[in-house]
Amino acid sequence: MPETLPGQPVKGAFLHRFANPGRFLRLAHWLFPLLSASSGIFLTIGMIWALWFSPADWQQGDAVRIMYLHVPMAMLASGGYAALALCGVLSLVWKHPLADLAAVEIGPVGAVITGLCLVTGSLWGKPMWGAWWVWDARLTSVLVLFFLYLGHIALIQAFDDPQRGYRAAAVLAIAGVIDLPIIKFSVNWWNTLHQPDSITLTHAPTMPESMLLPLSICLTGFSLGFAALVTGRLQAAILETRAEQMLTRRARSQNGLS
Amino acid sequence: MSHLPYIVASYIAVLGAAGILAFQLALRLRRARTRIAALETRSARQKDTL
Repeated sequence: MPETLPGQPVKGAFLHRFANPGRFLRLAHWLFPLLSASSGIFLTIGMIWALWFSPADWQQGDAVRIMYLHVPMAMLASGGYAALALCGVLSLVWKHPLADLAAVEIGPVGAVITGLCLVTGSLWGKPMWGAWWVWDARLTSVLVLFFLYLGHIALIQAFDDPQRGYRAAAVLAIAGVIDLPIIKFSVNWWNTLHQPDSITLTHAPTMPESMLLPLSICLTGFSLGFAALVTGRLQAAILETRAEQMLTRRARSQNGLS
Repeated sequence: MSHLPYIVASYIAVLGAAGILAFQLALRLRRARTRIAALETRSARQKDTL
């Protein structure tokens, strides 16, 4: 018996709206340059403001300027992993055809961003704490996130059948989501060297507007850049798959003719 | 500016990594587009000869 009757809406129809690679390519054709250009504009303004016009911190001095890189990297590292887990759900539950490809492309970008979060944190920690690294709950949970990203990339490539790799990676992505609240609340749950969050959803930010504004601009710029990179990589992946399919079709037709 | 080497190193690391990712993507997109264009030209030529 069919699950839906003719005329009735198909389950998850909205999710499959951009499942058609051709439709996605048409969307990416204008979205990718728009995201790239707006990211460039936001980052240029944000970084000039952060480096030359924002004030130095009364305690940390100019080292606080690393915050304009470190905070966006930290937020995007967690956000990227949440996107990876969402792709996992879309792939396992709704069998969304682009979800697996998106997960393949988000993974390396997320890993680089998490790596940068650790590197900038280390470069900020050395002059402030006197150490490049401490086994603090926040730092350790972000390191675990970095390994989760690497594990996701490795799992996708570990199987001869790509579908099995996608499934295993989707399960890891969903299971790894447990690390996100640990990262977020680690500074509240444990006594950490890492400072508590300055920006929360429930309280007013604890930093002045002269720092909050450039930080917001940098965060917007990096988020748009992340979206642009993923859109562009997904576009490239679809084009590569299309080329592979064309080659296979050609080889089959040549074999049929000979 | 205090702690200048740490600030410079962070900005170089982030901008460098972003630049590498963007450059790698541009190369990948160009390669894929060139490959598809070549395949389409070849298959159009084949159809003409058939």
